[in-house]
Amino acid sequence: MAVKVKTKPLGEVEVEEKQIVDFPDGIFGFDYIKKFVILDSSEKSPFKWMQAFSEPELAFVIIRPVDFLVEYELLISQSDLESVEAESADELLVFSIVTIPSDPSDMTANLQGPVIINPKKRIGRQAISLSEKYRVKHKILDEIKKASTSEE
Amino acid sequence: MLVLARRLNESIMIGDNIEVVVIDIKGDQVKLGIKAPKKITVHRKEIYEEIQQENIAAMSSEFKPDTLRELSDYFKKKEKENKKEDKNG
Repeated sequence: MAVKVKTKPLGEVEVEEKQIVDFPDGIFGFDYIKKFVILDSSEKSPFKWMQAFSEPELAFVIIRPVDFLVEYELLISQSDLESVEAESADELLVFSIVTIPSDPSDMTANLQGPVIINPKKRIGRQAISLSEKYRVKHKILDEIKKASTSEE
Repeated sequence: MLVLARRLNESIMIGDNIEVVVIDIKGDQVKLGIKAPKKITVHRKEIYEEIQQENIAAMSSEFKPDTLRELSDYFKKKEKENKKEDKNG
């Protein structure tokens, strides 16, 4: 069934119910937002929108970590996994929230707090990475560059 | 707030199954060991604060609707450029 959603980037759009994900605990700093809608930004773009369902002004840009960091590994606690009713990390969709500063080429992705979604149950959560490697700001374009030079 | 004085190797219990042990004390730094069931998560408080701040920064990212499309193009271009650089050198 189609549902109408007011969005920050695209105005009012119709989404399928399956695009709406419950976030029982919200995300850090926005714990009152219990539902997000995941929207494609444009065809073939690695970027997606994570739009707050009931707050048109609140939308995040997200990207899959593997799209800029090939060797990305999700390392999270059992309790984060259980919160989205998943048994293994393989079942999850993983996204990283993107911060875009005034110079967009300096855009960073937050790998310290990955957004995990169990697509079967449509439950999501902002997890906390247990890996020492990941921080809140990873320059996306630098990571791509690093990856391509290390392949040589 | 409950305040308890503890010495080296002494511990406190939180509930029946969480134990916090003082493992080492050096100057103003205290090393704590935490024994807790697997489903209890333990993180430094700064981590929560950093993620929260970053979410707020991400939310206030200012960009026009077209910016993402430009970024996507830029992203693809960079990727291509890097691949080209690889081939050349």
